[in-house]
Amino acid sequence: MLEVHQLGVNYRGVKGLESVTFQVSPGQLVGVVGPNGAGKSTMLKALLGLVPVTSGQVHYCTCPLHQQLEKVAYVPQRSQIDWDYPITVQNVVMLARTRKLGWFRSPGRSTQERVKAALEKVGMWDLRDRRIGNLSGGQQQRVFLARALAQEAEIFLFDEPFTGVDAVTEEILFQVFDQLRRSGKILLISSHEWGHSLHQLDRMLLLNQRLIADGTPEQVMTQDNLKHAYGRAWMQSMHPDLGDNLFC
Amino acid sequence: MLQLLTDPLHYEFIRNALAISVIIGILCPVVGSYLIVQRMALLGDVMAHCVLPGLSLSFFLGIDMMFGAFASGMLGSFLIAWIRSQSRVKVDAAMALTFSSFFALGIILITVLKNKLDLDSFLFGDILSVTGHDIIRTLIIAVIILVAVKAFYKELLFFTFDRTGAQALGLPVNLLHLAFMAAITLTIIASMQVVGVILVIALLIGPALTAYLLTTELHQMMGVGALFGIFSSLAGVYISYYNNLPSGPAIVLVSSSLFLLALFFSPSQGILTRPSSSGSPH
Repeated sequence: MLEVHQLGVNYRGVKGLESVTFQVSPGQLVGVVGPNGAGKSTMLKALLGLVPVTSGQVHYCTCPLHQQLEKVAYVPQRSQIDWDYPITVQNVVMLARTRKLGWFRSPGRSTQERVKAALEKVGMWDLRDRRIGNLSGGQQQRVFLARALAQEAEIFLFDEPFTGVDAVTEEILFQVFDQLRRSGKILLISSHEWGHSLHQLDRMLLLNQRLIADGTPEQVMTQDNLKHAYGRAWMQSMHPDLGDNLFC
Repeated sequence: MLQLLTDPLHYEFIRNALAISVIIGILCPVVGSYLIVQRMALLGDVMAHCVLPGLSLSFFLGIDMMFGAFASGMLGSFLIAWIRSQSRVKVDAAMALTFSSFFALGIILITVLKNKLDLDSFLFGDILSVTGHDIIRTLIIAVIILVAVKAFYKELLFFTFDRTGAQALGLPVNLLHLAFMAAITLTIIASMQVVGVILVIALLIGPALTAYLLTTELHQMMGVGALFGIFSSLAGVYISYYNNLPSGPAIVLVSSSLFLLALFFSPSQGILTRPSSSGSPH
Protein backbone atom coordinates (compact mmCIF):
# COMPACT_ATOMS: atom_id res chain seq x y z
CA MET A 1 0.00 0.00 0.00
CA LEU A 2 1.27 3.43 -1.00
CA GLU A 3 0.22 6.02 1.56
CA VAL A 4 0.51 9.74 0.89
CA HIS A 5 -0.32 11.94 3.85
CA GLN A 6 -0.74 15.74 3.69
CA LEU A 7 1.95 16.15 1.03
CA GLY A 8 2.85 19.79 0.45
CA VAL A 9 5.36 21.46 -1.86
CA ASN A 10 6.34 25.09 -1.65
CA TYR A 11 8.97 26.18 -4.11
CA ARG A 12 10.56 29.60 -3.61
CA GLY A 13 7.36 30.93 -2.15
CA VAL A 14 5.14 29.49 -4.87
CA LYS A 15 2.63 26.88 -3.74
CA GLY A 16 3.10 23.77 -5.83
CA LEU A 17 1.03 21.32 -3.87
CA GLU A 18 -1.11 21.66 -0.79
CA SER A 19 -1.97 18.94 1.68
CA VAL A 20 -2.53 16.05 -0.72
CA THR A 21 -3.65 12.82 0.94
CA PHE A 22 -4.49 9.49 -0.73
CA GLN A 23 -3.71 5.79 -0.66
CA VAL A 24 -3.17 3.35 -3.50
CA SER A 25 -3.42 -0.41 -3.09
CA PRO A 26 -1.41 -2.86 -5.21
CA GLY A 27 -2.92 -3.62 -8.58
CA GLN A 28 -4.38 -0.17 -9.19
CA LEU A 29 -3.94 1.94 -12.30
CA VAL A 30 -4.39 5.53 -11.21
CA GLY A 31 -4.63 8.50 -13.56
CA VAL A 32 -3.57 11.93 -12.34
CA VAL A 33 -5.41 14.78 -14.10
CA GLY A 34 -5.64 18.51 -13.78
CA PRO A 35 -5.04 21.71 -15.74
CA ASN A 36 -1.58 22.86 -16.78
CA GLY A 37 0.39 23.93 -13.75
CA ALA A 38 -1.89 22.00 -11.41
CA GLY A 39 1.08 20.19 -9.90
CA LYS A 40 0.76 16.77 -11.58
CA SER A 41 4.47 16.46 -12.33
CA THR A 42 5.33 18.12 -9.05
CA MET A 43 3.31 15.54 -7.16
CA LEU A 44 5.04 12.60 -8.86
CA LYS A 45 8.40 14.19 -8.12
CA ALA A 46 7.42 15.00 -4.55
CA LEU A 47 6.56 11.34 -3.91
CA LEU A 48 10.23 10.54 -4.61
CA GLY A 49 11.65 13.62 -2.89
CA LEU A 50 12.91 15.07 -6.19
CA VAL A 51 11.50 18.47 -5.26
CA PRO A 52 11.76 20.01 -1.78
CA VAL A 53 8.79 18.71 0.18
CA THR A 54 7.59 21.18 2.82
CA SER A 55 5.13 18.95 4.65
CA GLY A 56 3.67 15.48 4.79
CA GLN A 57 4.92 11.93 4.46
CA VAL A 58 4.98 9.23 1.80
CA HIS A 59 5.05 5.63 2.99
CA TYR A 60 5.15 2.34 1.16
CA CYS A 61 4.56 -0.86 3.15
CA THR A 62 4.79 1.25 6.35
CA CYS A 63 8.35 2.48 5.58
CA PRO A 64 9.21 5.92 4.15
CA LEU A 65 9.31 5.67 0.36
CA HIS A 66 12.54 7.65 0.00
CA GLN A 67 14.35 4.84 1.81
CA GLN A 68 13.30 2.33 -0.86
CA LEU A 69 13.62 4.28 -4.09
CA GLU A 70 14.86 1.23 -6.00
CA LYS A 71 11.28 -0.10 -5.78
CA VAL A 72 9.98 2.85 -7.79
CA ALA A 73 10.37 3.17 -11.55
CA TYR A 74 10.02 6.81 -12.64
CA VAL A 75 9.64 7.83 -16.28
CA PRO A 76 10.22 11.58 -16.70
CA GLN A 77 8.50 13.84 -19.21
CA ARG A 78 9.98 13.61 -22.70
CA SER A 79 11.07 17.22 -22.58
CA GLN A 80 13.43 16.52 -19.67
CA ILE A 81 15.67 14.30 -21.76
CA ASP A 82 18.36 15.40 -24.21
CA TRP A 83 17.56 13.10 -27.13
CA ASP A 84 20.85 13.95 -28.85
CA TYR A 85 22.81 12.25 -26.07
CA PRO A 86 25.21 9.65 -27.52
CA ILE A 87 23.62 6.49 -26.14
CA THR A 88 22.01 3.44 -27.74
CA VAL A 89 18.59 1.98 -27.05
CA GLN A 90 19.85 -1.00 -25.08
CA ASN A 91 22.17 1.08 -22.94
CA VAL A 92 19.29 3.33 -21.94
CA VAL A 93 17.43 0.26 -20.70
CA MET A 94 20.59 -1.02 -19.01
CA LEU A 95 20.62 2.11 -16.82
CA ALA A 96 17.67 0.69 -14.90
CA ARG A 97 19.95 -1.96 -13.43
CA THR A 98 22.55 0.56 -12.16
CA ARG A 99 21.39 0.44 -8.57
CA LYS A 100 20.84 -3.34 -8.44
CA LEU A 101 24.28 -4.03 -9.91
CA GLY A 102 25.94 -1.89 -7.27
CA TRP A 103 29.14 0.15 -7.45
CA PHE A 104 32.10 -1.00 -9.57
CA ARG A 105 30.23 -3.86 -11.26
CA SER A 106 29.51 -4.09 -14.96
CA PRO A 107 26.38 -5.73 -16.34
CA GLY A 108 26.58 -9.50 -16.79
CA ARG A 109 24.44 -12.02 -18.64
CA SER A 110 21.42 -11.91 -16.33
CA THR A 111 21.25 -8.13 -16.74
CA GLN A 112 21.41 -8.48 -20.50
CA GLU A 113 18.61 -11.05 -20.41
CA ARG A 114 16.40 -8.64 -18.46
CA VAL A 115 17.18 -5.82 -20.88
CA LYS A 116 16.31 -8.06 -23.81
CA ALA A 117 13.03 -9.19 -22.26
CA ALA A 118 12.02 -5.60 -21.53
CA LEU A 119 12.86 -4.42 -25.05
CA GLU A 120 11.00 -7.33 -26.63
CA LYS A 121 7.92 -6.52 -24.58
CA VAL A 122 7.72 -3.03 -26.09
CA GLY A 123 8.72 -4.16 -29.58
CA MET A 124 12.08 -2.37 -29.64
CA TRP A 125 14.60 -5.25 -29.49
CA ASP A 126 15.35 -5.02 -33.22
CA LEU A 127 16.36 -1.37 -32.81
CA ARG A 128 18.57 -2.03 -29.77
CA ASP A 129 21.76 -0.65 -31.38
CA ARG A 130 20.17 2.56 -32.66
CA ARG A 131 21.17 5.87 -31.19
CA ILE A 132 18.10 7.17 -29.33
CA GLY A 133 18.12 10.40 -31.31
CA ASN A 134 17.32 8.40 -34.45
CA LEU A 135 13.99 7.13 -33.11
CA SER A 136 10.50 8.61 -33.36
CA GLY A 137 8.89 10.14 -30.28
CA GLY A 138 6.74 7.06 -29.72
CA GLN A 139 9.73 4.73 -30.01
CA GLN A 140 11.66 6.84 -27.54
CA GLN A 141 8.79 6.61 -25.07
CA ARG A 142 8.76 2.81 -25.50
CA VAL A 143 12.48 2.67 -24.71
CA PHE A 144 11.80 4.47 -21.44
CA LEU A 145 8.90 2.12 -20.77
CA ALA A 146 11.36 -0.76 -21.25
CA ARG A 147 13.76 0.90 -18.85
CA ALA A 148 11.01 1.05 -16.23
CA LEU A 149 10.21 -2.63 -16.81
CA ALA A 150 13.85 -3.69 -16.54
CA GLN A 151 14.04 -2.12 -13.11
CA GLU A 152 11.55 -4.72 -11.79
CA ALA A 153 9.95 -2.11 -9.58
CA GLU A 154 6.77 -2.31 -7.50
CA ILE A 155 5.57 1.24 -8.06
CA PHE A 156 5.54 2.89 -11.50
CA LEU A 157 5.30 6.65 -12.00
CA PHE A 158 4.81 7.95 -15.54
CA ASP A 159 4.88 11.69 -16.22
CA GLU A 160 2.86 12.59 -19.34
CA PRO A 161 3.70 9.36 -21.21
CA PHE A 162 1.22 9.98 -24.04
CA THR A 163 2.66 13.31 -25.19
CA GLY A 164 3.76 13.11 -28.81
CA VAL A 165 3.38 9.35 -29.22
CA ASP A 166 1.77 7.38 -32.05
CA ALA A 167 -1.23 5.05 -31.81
CA VAL A 168 0.90 1.89 -31.73
CA THR A 169 2.88 3.17 -28.79
CA GLU A 170 -0.25 4.22 -26.94
CA GLU A 171 -1.62 0.72 -27.38
CA ILE A 172 1.61 -0.85 -26.12
CA LEU A 173 1.66 1.52 -23.15
CA PHE A 174 -1.83 0.47 -22.10
CA GLN A 175 -1.05 -3.21 -22.71
CA VAL A 176 1.96 -3.00 -20.41
CA PHE A 177 0.06 -0.93 -17.83
CA ASP A 178 -2.58 -3.64 -17.77
CA GLN A 179 -0.03 -6.44 -17.33
CA LEU A 180 1.65 -4.55 -14.50
CA ARG A 181 -1.68 -3.94 -12.81
CA ARG A 182 -2.54 -7.65 -13.02
CA SER A 183 0.75 -8.56 -11.40
CA GLY A 184 -0.09 -6.37 -8.43
CA LYS A 185 1.97 -3.27 -9.19
CA ILE A 186 0.97 0.28 -8.34
CA LEU A 187 0.78 2.68 -11.30
CA LEU A 188 0.38 6.46 -11.23
CA ILE A 189 0.10 8.07 -14.66
CA SER A 190 -0.12 11.82 -15.13
CA SER A 191 -1.67 13.16 -18.29
CA HIS A 192 -3.51 16.28 -19.35
CA GLU A 193 -5.41 14.39 -22.04
CA TRP A 194 -7.06 11.06 -21.43
CA GLY A 195 -9.38 11.11 -24.41
CA HIS A 196 -11.09 7.79 -24.95
CA SER A 197 -8.85 5.81 -22.63
CA LEU A 198 -10.52 6.89 -19.40
CA HIS A 199 -12.21 3.53 -19.05
CA GLN A 200 -8.81 1.85 -18.69
CA LEU A 201 -8.28 3.54 -15.35
CA ASP A 202 -9.26 2.05 -12.01
CA ARG A 203 -9.15 5.40 -10.38
CA MET A 204 -8.49 9.09 -10.95
CA LEU A 205 -6.98 11.86 -8.90
CA LEU A 206 -8.14 15.32 -9.98
CA LEU A 207 -5.56 17.85 -8.95
CA ASN A 208 -5.18 21.59 -8.84
CA GLN A 209 -2.68 22.29 -6.11
CA ARG A 210 -5.12 20.47 -3.81
CA LEU A 211 -6.69 17.09 -4.39
CA ILE A 212 -10.11 18.04 -5.73
CA ALA A 213 -11.58 14.60 -6.36
CA ASP A 214 -10.53 11.00 -5.92
CA GLY A 215 -12.52 8.04 -7.22
CA THR A 216 -13.52 6.13 -10.34
CA PRO A 217 -13.42 8.14 -13.59
CA GLU A 218 -17.24 8.46 -13.48
CA GLN A 219 -17.15 9.81 -9.93
CA VAL A 220 -14.34 12.24 -10.63
CA MET A 221 -15.28 13.63 -14.04
CA THR A 222 -18.40 15.47 -12.98
CA GLN A 223 -19.06 18.99 -14.16
CA ASP A 224 -18.82 20.33 -10.63
CA ASN A 225 -15.41 18.79 -10.04
CA LEU A 226 -14.06 19.96 -13.39
CA LYS A 227 -15.33 23.50 -12.86
CA HIS A 228 -13.67 23.46 -9.49
CA ALA A 229 -10.38 22.21 -10.94
CA TYR A 230 -10.25 24.23 -14.13
CA GLY A 231 -11.88 27.38 -12.80
CA ARG A 232 -14.74 29.49 -14.02
CA ALA A 233 -13.30 29.96 -17.48
CA TRP A 234 -13.32 26.23 -17.96
CA MET A 235 -16.36 26.00 -20.24
CA GLN A 236 -15.12 28.71 -22.59
CA SER A 237 -11.44 27.86 -22.61
CA MET A 238 -11.62 24.12 -23.05
CA HIS A 239 -11.64 22.72 -26.52
CA PRO A 240 -15.23 21.68 -27.29
CA ASP A 241 -14.12 18.13 -28.25
CA LEU A 242 -12.24 17.67 -25.05
CA GLY A 243 -15.40 18.23 -23.06
CA ASP A 244 -17.06 15.34 -24.88
CA ASN A 245 -14.05 13.09 -24.42
CA LEU A 246 -13.88 13.75 -20.73
CA PHE A 247 -17.42 12.61 -20.20
CA CYS A 248 -17.52 9.63 -22.50
CA MET B 1 60.26 12.81 -43.29
CA LEU B 2 61.05 10.64 -40.29
CA GLN B 3 63.86 13.02 -39.47
CA LEU B 4 61.34 15.82 -39.27
CA LEU B 5 59.71 13.94 -36.42
CA THR B 6 62.83 12.76 -34.62
CA ASP B 7 64.99 15.89 -34.88
CA PRO B 8 63.21 17.88 -32.17
CA LEU B 9 63.47 14.90 -29.81
CA HIS B 10 67.12 15.71 -29.17
CA TYR B 11 66.00 18.50 -26.89
CA GLU B 12 64.79 17.57 -23.43
CA PHE B 13 62.27 20.43 -23.30
CA ILE B 14 60.63 19.12 -26.46
CA ARG B 15 60.49 15.57 -25.10
CA ASN B 16 58.87 16.92 -21.92
CA ALA B 17 56.47 19.04 -23.92
CA LEU B 18 55.43 16.07 -26.06
CA ALA B 19 55.00 13.80 -23.02
CA ILE B 20 52.74 16.22 -21.15
CA SER B 21 50.80 16.99 -24.35
CA VAL B 22 49.97 13.33 -24.84
CA ILE B 23 48.73 12.95 -21.25
CA ILE B 24 46.58 16.07 -21.56
CA GLY B 25 45.46 15.00 -25.04
CA ILE B 26 43.94 11.87 -23.50
CA LEU B 27 42.58 13.41 -20.31
CA CYS B 28 40.86 16.52 -21.67
CA PRO B 29 38.51 14.83 -24.18
CA VAL B 30 37.38 12.25 -21.59
CA VAL B 31 36.37 14.92 -19.09
CA GLY B 32 35.23 17.23 -21.90
CA SER B 33 32.80 14.60 -23.21
CA TYR B 34 30.86 14.86 -19.96
CA LEU B 35 30.80 18.64 -20.29
CA ILE B 36 29.44 18.44 -23.84
CA VAL B 37 26.68 15.91 -23.19
CA GLN B 38 25.48 17.90 -20.20
CA ARG B 39 25.44 21.11 -22.26
CA MET B 40 27.90 22.61 -19.81
CA ALA B 41 30.78 23.24 -22.18
CA LEU B 42 31.33 26.76 -20.88
CA LEU B 43 31.72 25.45 -17.36
CA GLY B 44 35.23 24.41 -18.37
CA ASP B 45 36.03 28.03 -19.13
CA VAL B 46 34.41 29.17 -15.91
CA MET B 47 36.40 26.80 -13.73
CA ALA B 48 39.60 27.72 -15.55
CA HIS B 49 39.18 31.36 -14.56
CA CYS B 50 38.12 30.48 -11.02
CA VAL B 51 41.47 28.92 -10.13
CA LEU B 52 43.41 32.21 -10.33
CA PRO B 53 42.87 33.54 -6.76
CA GLY B 54 43.94 30.17 -5.37
CA LEU B 55 47.03 30.11 -7.55
CA SER B 56 48.03 33.54 -6.36
CA LEU B 57 47.46 32.67 -2.69
CA SER B 58 49.40 29.43 -2.86
CA PHE B 59 52.30 31.27 -4.49
CA PHE B 60 52.22 33.75 -1.64
CA LEU B 61 52.03 31.04 1.02
CA GLY B 62 54.70 28.97 -0.69
CA ILE B 63 52.57 25.82 -1.03
CA ASP B 64 52.09 23.70 -4.15
CA MET B 65 49.93 25.74 -6.52
CA MET B 66 47.74 22.71 -7.14
CA PHE B 67 46.12 22.90 -3.68
CA GLY B 68 45.26 26.56 -3.91
CA ALA B 69 44.00 26.25 -7.47
CA PHE B 70 41.85 23.26 -6.58
CA ALA B 71 40.31 24.92 -3.51
CA SER B 72 39.62 28.08 -5.45
CA GLY B 73 38.03 26.25 -8.40
CA MET B 74 35.78 24.21 -6.12
CA LEU B 75 34.79 27.34 -4.19
CA GLY B 76 33.74 28.89 -7.51
CA SER B 77 31.54 25.92 -8.37
CA PHE B 78 29.93 25.96 -4.90
CA LEU B 79 29.25 29.65 -5.24
CA ILE B 80 27.51 29.16 -8.59
CA ALA B 81 25.40 26.33 -7.17
CA TRP B 82 24.56 28.41 -4.09
CA ILE B 83 23.48 31.48 -6.10
CA ARG B 84 21.26 29.24 -8.24
CA SER B 85 19.63 27.52 -5.30
CA GLN B 86 18.95 30.75 -3.40
CA SER B 87 17.44 32.84 -6.18
CA ARG B 88 15.85 32.85 -9.59
CA VAL B 89 19.19 33.65 -11.20
CA LYS B 90 19.86 31.30 -14.12
CA VAL B 91 23.02 29.28 -14.36
CA ASP B 92 24.65 31.16 -17.26
CA ALA B 93 24.37 34.49 -15.50
CA ALA B 94 25.58 33.04 -12.20
CA MET B 95 28.56 31.51 -14.00
CA ALA B 96 29.46 34.69 -15.88
CA LEU B 97 29.42 36.80 -12.74
CA THR B 98 31.29 34.27 -10.60
CA PHE B 99 34.13 33.54 -12.98
CA SER B 100 34.82 37.15 -13.88
CA SER B 101 34.78 38.11 -10.20
CA PHE B 102 37.17 35.31 -9.31
CA PHE B 103 39.45 36.32 -12.14
CA ALA B 104 39.39 39.94 -10.98
CA LEU B 105 40.10 38.86 -7.42
CA GLY B 106 43.02 36.79 -8.65
CA ILE B 107 44.57 39.72 -10.49
CA ILE B 108 44.11 42.00 -7.47
CA LEU B 109 45.73 39.36 -5.24
CA ILE B 110 48.72 39.08 -7.57
CA THR B 111 49.26 42.84 -7.27
CA VAL B 112 48.56 43.15 -3.55
CA LEU B 113 50.64 40.14 -2.55
CA LYS B 114 53.36 41.25 -4.95
CA ASN B 115 54.05 37.67 -5.94
CA LYS B 116 56.02 36.66 -8.95
CA LEU B 117 53.28 34.59 -10.51
CA ASP B 118 53.77 34.92 -14.24
CA LEU B 119 50.30 35.90 -15.42
CA ASP B 120 51.26 35.34 -19.04
CA SER B 121 52.21 31.70 -18.59
CA PHE B 122 49.04 31.16 -16.56
CA LEU B 123 46.90 32.67 -19.29
CA PHE B 124 48.57 31.16 -22.34
CA GLY B 125 50.51 28.18 -21.06
CA ASP B 126 54.24 27.62 -20.98
CA ILE B 127 54.78 24.18 -22.37
CA LEU B 128 58.50 24.60 -22.96
CA SER B 129 59.22 25.04 -19.26
CA VAL B 130 57.64 21.70 -18.29
CA THR B 131 59.81 19.69 -15.91
CA GLY B 132 59.91 16.00 -15.03
CA HIS B 133 58.10 16.86 -11.81
CA ASP B 134 55.29 18.51 -13.77
CA ILE B 135 54.93 15.44 -15.97
CA ILE B 136 54.64 13.12 -12.99
CA ARG B 137 52.05 15.33 -11.32
CA THR B 138 50.02 15.53 -14.53
CA LEU B 139 50.29 11.78 -14.98
CA ILE B 140 49.04 11.11 -11.45
CA ILE B 141 46.06 13.44 -11.94
CA ALA B 142 45.25 11.80 -15.28
CA VAL B 143 45.46 8.26 -13.89
CA ILE B 144 43.24 9.10 -10.91
CA ILE B 145 40.57 10.70 -13.13
CA LEU B 146 40.64 7.98 -15.80
CA VAL B 147 40.38 5.21 -13.20
CA ALA B 148 37.48 7.04 -11.54
CA VAL B 149 35.69 7.47 -14.88
CA LYS B 150 36.09 3.74 -15.56
CA ALA B 151 34.95 2.75 -12.06
CA PHE B 152 31.89 5.00 -12.00
CA TYR B 153 31.09 4.83 -15.70
CA LYS B 154 27.53 3.51 -15.45
CA GLU B 155 26.61 5.90 -12.63
CA LEU B 156 28.07 8.86 -14.51
CA LEU B 157 26.31 7.78 -17.70
CA PHE B 158 22.96 7.72 -15.91
CA PHE B 159 23.67 10.99 -14.10
CA THR B 160 24.66 12.89 -17.23
CA PHE B 161 21.93 11.43 -19.45
CA ASP B 162 18.94 11.66 -17.11
CA ARG B 163 19.76 13.41 -13.88
CA THR B 164 16.20 13.33 -12.55
CA GLY B 165 15.92 9.63 -13.33
CA ALA B 166 19.21 8.93 -11.58
CA GLN B 167 18.04 10.85 -8.55
CA ALA B 168 14.70 9.03 -8.64
CA LEU B 169 16.54 5.73 -8.50
CA GLY B 170 18.38 6.92 -5.40
CA LEU B 171 21.82 7.49 -6.92
CA PRO B 172 23.86 10.06 -4.96
CA VAL B 173 23.57 12.78 -7.60
CA ASN B 174 25.03 15.55 -5.46
CA LEU B 175 28.09 13.46 -4.71
CA LEU B 176 28.48 12.62 -8.41
CA HIS B 177 28.18 16.29 -9.32
CA LEU B 178 30.81 17.20 -6.73
CA ALA B 179 33.18 14.52 -7.99
CA PHE B 180 32.63 15.75 -11.53
CA MET B 181 33.45 19.34 -10.54
CA ALA B 182 36.61 18.09 -8.81
CA ALA B 183 37.58 16.20 -11.97
CA ILE B 184 37.12 19.30 -14.16
CA THR B 185 39.16 21.45 -11.78
CA LEU B 186 41.97 18.89 -11.63
CA THR B 187 41.96 18.52 -15.41
CA ILE B 188 42.27 22.29 -15.81
CA ILE B 189 45.14 22.41 -13.32
CA ALA B 190 46.86 19.62 -15.21
CA SER B 191 46.34 21.38 -18.56
CA MET B 192 47.26 24.87 -17.47
CA GLN B 193 50.93 24.57 -18.36
CA VAL B 194 50.17 23.17 -21.79
CA VAL B 195 47.63 25.61 -23.18
CA GLY B 196 46.88 28.09 -20.38
CA VAL B 197 43.50 28.87 -18.84
CA ILE B 198 42.18 30.88 -21.77
CA LEU B 199 42.60 28.05 -24.23
CA VAL B 200 42.04 25.00 -22.02
CA ILE B 201 38.37 25.05 -22.96
CA ALA B 202 39.37 24.34 -26.57
CA LEU B 203 41.20 21.16 -25.62
CA LEU B 204 38.37 20.06 -23.30
CA ILE B 205 35.74 20.56 -25.97
CA GLY B 206 37.41 20.39 -29.41
CA PRO B 207 38.55 16.75 -29.76
CA ALA B 208 35.49 15.41 -27.89
CA LEU B 209 33.13 17.46 -30.04
CA THR B 210 34.80 16.16 -33.19
CA ALA B 211 34.26 12.62 -31.87
CA TYR B 212 30.64 13.48 -31.04
CA LEU B 213 30.01 13.89 -34.77
CA LEU B 214 31.51 10.48 -35.55
CA THR B 215 30.30 8.12 -32.83
CA THR B 216 27.06 6.83 -31.33
CA GLU B 217 27.99 6.17 -27.72
CA LEU B 218 29.64 8.09 -24.92
CA HIS B 219 32.56 5.70 -24.40
CA GLN B 220 33.33 5.81 -28.13
CA MET B 221 33.18 9.58 -28.01
CA MET B 222 35.77 9.53 -25.22
CA GLY B 223 38.04 7.03 -26.97
CA VAL B 224 37.96 8.66 -30.40
CA GLY B 225 38.19 12.07 -28.72
CA ALA B 226 41.36 10.98 -26.93
CA LEU B 227 42.91 9.96 -30.27
CA PHE B 228 42.12 13.39 -31.71
CA GLY B 229 43.43 14.96 -28.52
CA ILE B 230 46.75 13.15 -28.79
CA PHE B 231 47.06 13.99 -32.46
CA SER B 232 46.24 17.68 -31.92
CA SER B 233 48.72 17.98 -29.06
CA LEU B 234 51.58 16.29 -30.90
CA ALA B 235 50.92 18.10 -34.16
CA GLY B 236 50.63 21.40 -32.32
CA VAL B 237 53.99 21.00 -30.60
CA TYR B 238 55.75 20.08 -33.88
CA ILE B 239 54.13 22.94 -35.75
CA SER B 240 55.18 25.38 -33.07
CA TYR B 241 58.73 23.98 -33.12
CA TYR B 242 59.22 24.31 -36.86
CA ASN B 243 57.38 27.56 -37.41
CA ASN B 244 58.36 29.29 -34.22
CA LEU B 245 54.75 29.72 -33.16
CA PRO B 246 53.25 29.61 -29.66
CA SER B 247 52.42 25.97 -28.93
CA GLY B 248 49.11 26.40 -27.04
CA PRO B 249 47.34 28.20 -29.89
CA ALA B 250 48.91 25.78 -32.41
CA ILE B 251 47.42 22.79 -30.53
CA VAL B 252 44.03 24.48 -30.36
CA LEU B 253 43.98 25.33 -34.07
CA VAL B 254 44.86 21.75 -35.05
CA SER B 255 42.02 20.50 -32.86
CA SER B 256 39.57 23.00 -34.34
CA SER B 257 40.61 22.08 -37.88
CA LEU B 258 39.82 18.44 -37.13
CA PHE B 259 36.39 19.55 -35.94
CA LEU B 260 35.77 21.44 -39.19
CA LEU B 261 36.76 18.35 -41.19
CA ALA B 262 34.30 16.22 -39.22
CA LEU B 263 31.60 18.85 -39.52
CA PHE B 264 31.83 18.68 -43.30
CA PHE B 265 32.78 15.04 -43.86
CA SER B 266 31.38 12.94 -40.99
CA PRO B 267 29.82 9.87 -42.67
CA SER B 268 26.55 10.11 -40.75
CA GLN B 269 26.29 13.80 -39.87
CA GLY B 270 28.70 15.68 -42.19
CA ILE B 271 27.26 18.68 -43.99
CA LEU B 272 28.56 17.39 -47.35
CA THR B 273 28.35 13.66 -46.70
CA ARG B 274 25.23 12.89 -44.70
CA PRO B 275 22.50 10.94 -46.47
CA SER B 276 20.23 13.63 -47.83
CA SER B 277 16.89 12.14 -46.78
CA SER B 278 17.88 11.19 -43.26
CA GLY B 279 18.36 13.47 -40.33
CA SER B 280 17.04 13.59 -36.85
CA PRO B 281 13.26 13.30 -36.53
CA HIS B 282 13.07 16.72 -34.89
